[in-house]
Amino acid sequence: MSDADAGADAQGRSRPEVTDTPLRVEGMSKHFGGITAVDGATFEVERGTLTGLIGPNGAGKSTTFNLITGMLTPDAGTVSFEGEDITGLEPYEIADRGLVRTFQIARELQEMTVLENMMLAPKGQRGERLWRSVLPVARRDVVDQETELLDRVWEILEFFEIEHLAEEYAGNLSGGQRKLLEMARALLTDPDVLLLDEPFAGVNPTLERRLLDHIHELRDRGYTFLLVEHDMDLIMENCRHVVVMHQGRILTEGTPEKVKADEEVIEAYLGGDV
Amino acid sequence: MSTADSARQLWEADATKILVVLAAIYATYLLSGLVLGYSLRGQLNSIASLTFYIGVFATLALALNLHWGYTGLFNIGVVGFMAVGIYVMAFVSKPLYGSGGAAQVGGLGLPIPVGILAGMVAAALLGFVVALPALRLRADYLAIVTIAMSEIVRFTFLSSTFQQFQVPHTLAGDWTRVGFGGGSGLILDFPDPLLALIDVLGLSTVYDGLVGLVGTVVPNNPDPIVHSLVYGLVLLGVVAGYFWLLKRTGESPFGRVLKAIREDEDVARALGKNTGRFKITSFMLGCALMGLVGILWLMGQGAVTPNFFRPRLTFFVWIALIIGGAGSNTGSVAGGAIFAAVLYQGPLYFQNLVTSVFQPGDAPGSFGPAVAPLIANFDPVPFLLYTLDSVRQLQLVVMGVVLIWLMHNRPEGMLGHRKETAAAIPLVGRSEQGERTDADAVGTDPTPAGDASGGERDE
Repeated sequence: MSDADAGADAQGRSRPEVTDTPLRVEGMSKHFGGITAVDGATFEVERGTLTGLIGPNGAGKSTTFNLITGMLTPDAGTVSFEGEDITGLEPYEIADRGLVRTFQIARELQEMTVLENMMLAPKGQRGERLWRSVLPVARRDVVDQETELLDRVWEILEFFEIEHLAEEYAGNLSGGQRKLLEMARALLTDPDVLLLDEPFAGVNPTLERRLLDHIHELRDRGYTFLLVEHDMDLIMENCRHVVVMHQGRILTEGTPEKVKADEEVIEAYLGGDV
Repeated sequence: MSTADSARQLWEADATKILVVLAAIYATYLLSGLVLGYSLRGQLNSIASLTFYIGVFATLALALNLHWGYTGLFNIGVVGFMAVGIYVMAFVSKPLYGSGGAAQVGGLGLPIPVGILAGMVAAALLGFVVALPALRLRADYLAIVTIAMSEIVRFTFLSSTFQQFQVPHTLAGDWTRVGFGGGSGLILDFPDPLLALIDVLGLSTVYDGLVGLVGTVVPNNPDPIVHSLVYGLVLLGVVAGYFWLLKRTGESPFGRVLKAIREDEDVARALGKNTGRFKITSFMLGCALMGLVGILWLMGQGAVTPNFFRPRLTFFVWIALIIGGAGSNTGSVAGGAIFAAVLYQGPLYFQNLVTSVFQPGDAPGSFGPAVAPLIANFDPVPFLLYTLDSVRQLQLVVMGVVLIWLMHNRPEGMLGHRKETAAAIPLVGRSEQGERTDADAVGTDPTPAGDASGGERDE
C-alpha cells in the first residue's frame, strides 16, 4: 500500500474550510520610500475562475503579486487564503498552502534539465530530508517516491506537449518553452490557486493560444487562476472577472463588459489626467 | 533492470575518470623518479606524502563542492572549520594534565573517536552560528563572514587567554588544566591514532608483517615509511567515503533543492521549499566534513599551531575545486588530486628530485648574486639554483597564474560542466525508461500515481 501512502504524503494537508473565494485581499498597501506602490487594494478571487488583474505600467500589479505571495510584506492590510490569514508568511509557507506563483520573466533553473526542474516542484518529498536520502534503508523509500513522481512529471509534460524537451537543459529552451515549463512546474506543486505574472509576455501568438487552451482546460478541472496581464483585449476575452489597477489603487472591478464601459478605465489606458 | 545498469555505468564512468587521473599522477611521479635514479626510500616517502595531500585536498574540495558547487554558498573560511575540528578533538582526547609527558596543558582524556566526533560536531555548530545571520543576507556577505570567522578562530587559538585554563572534569568537582596552547602550539600527546585503529581492527600482525616486508628493501628504519603509506591509504578510504556520501546527497530530492537554490533561490521558495533549512543543513554538513579533514590532516603530526590555519590554505582548496570543476563530485576529487600532485607537492618533489640526483652546490643567498653571473658571463647555473631554492615562494606564483589561466580559458573546470543529475533515480528519456511506463501510458489514461494526484482535482 505504499502507493496510497505516498499519495497522501504528496497531497499535503486536508483543507480546513471551503469557500467560494479562496483568495481575498483587503486594504493592502505598500510604500517604497515616498512612493506608494499599492494603496489599499481590496479584491477577491472566485474559485474555479480566471480572474484578470490589469492596469497600465507601474499600476502596482507585480507588487500586488509579490505581496500576496510573501516575496514582500505589506505595510497595511491582509491577505487571506482559504479563510486563513497568510499576511507576512514566508513565500514557501504560502506556496505550501496551495497558492503558487510564476514569474514575469520565466525563471527556469538553467543548469538543471527540464526533468530536474519538474521533479523539484512536488510537495512532501521524503528525500528532502537529508538523512532519508543518505541512509541505506530509508533511501529505498525515496527511490520509490521518485519513481512515482517521475510518472507524474511525464504526464504533465505531455499535457503541456513539451515531453520532447525533457532531457534538455532549461537554459537552452526558447522563451515560450520556458513559460510552458514554468507553468508545468507550478502545477506539480498541487496548487489550488495559480498566480500567473504576465504569462503571455514575449510569447508568439501560436504559443499564446496554446497556453490559453491549457489554462482554460485546467480551470475546467477546478484550478483557480489570477492572471496579471498587460494586454487588455486578451483579459477581456478570457476572464470572467477583471480587476483594474491604476497608480496602486483598484480602479474598478467586475465583468469584462462592465469594466470596458468604465470611463475611468479608458482614461487610465488612454493616458488621461494623471 | 535497465535503470540499475545505466546507473552502474554512470558510476563506473565517474570512477574511471578518477582512477585514470590518479594512475597518471602516480605513474608520473614513479617514472620520473626511476628515470632520474631517485632512491627507493625517497620514492616511497614522496609517494606517501603525495597520497596524504591528495587525500586531504580531495576531501576538502568535496566538502567545499557541497557548499559552493551544489548550494552556491560562498565559503572562504574553510580553515576556520578545520581548526575548530582539530582543536576541539585535541581538547577532548588529550590525556589529563599531569599524566606524564612534556605537554603544558592536558585535555579531557576521552577516547580518540569521541574526540573526532566532538570536533566534527563543533565545526558543524560553528557553521550553524556563522550561517544563521549570514544566510539571510546576500550571498557575498556569507563570504565576508566566513573569512572573518576563520581569522577570529585563528586569533582565538593564538590568544594567551585560552592558552591554559581550568575546567571541572569529574562530577565531584575536580578541576584539571586544559587549554589550546596559544602561539607556541598544542602538543597532540594522545596515542598514535593509526596504530590505535589498526589495533582495534586486529590488524597489528598484518601491519607488522608489512613493516618487515618493507624492511627487506629499505633496511634502515622502515617503520615511518610504512606508517605514512598506510595512513595515506586510510585517507584515500575517507575520500571514497566522502564521495559516496556527497554523491548520495547530490543525487536526491535534497540535492535537487540545493541545486535549485544555487540557480535561483526565489524560485525554490516560490515552489514551497524552506530554503533556509536546506542551506543551513548543507552548510553544517560541509563544515563537519571540513572539521574532520582538519582532524585527519593534523592528528598524526604530533602538534598543531594556530598559524597553520592561515586563509591561504582556504584558497588552495578553492583552486583545487576550480581545477576540477565546481558542481561535480568527480571533478572535486580529480581537482584535489591534481592540485596536490602538480601545484602543491609537484614543485617540492621536483626540487627534491633535482637536488638528490644532481646534488648541486649551495644556491646563492639572494637575487643579486643569482643574476649577476647570468648577465656578466651568461652563466645560468647560479640563477637556476636560486630558482630551485625558491620553489616554495614560486609555487604561489604558479598557482596564481594557473588560476588566472583557468578563469580565462576554462572557468567550468577540467571535467567541464556540472552534469550530475540531482535525482535518486536516473532521469532519462521516456523510451529508455522501460516499457512498463510506456505500456501504462498507452493502455489506461491516468497512471496510478497520476490518479492519486489528479483524482480529487477532476471532480
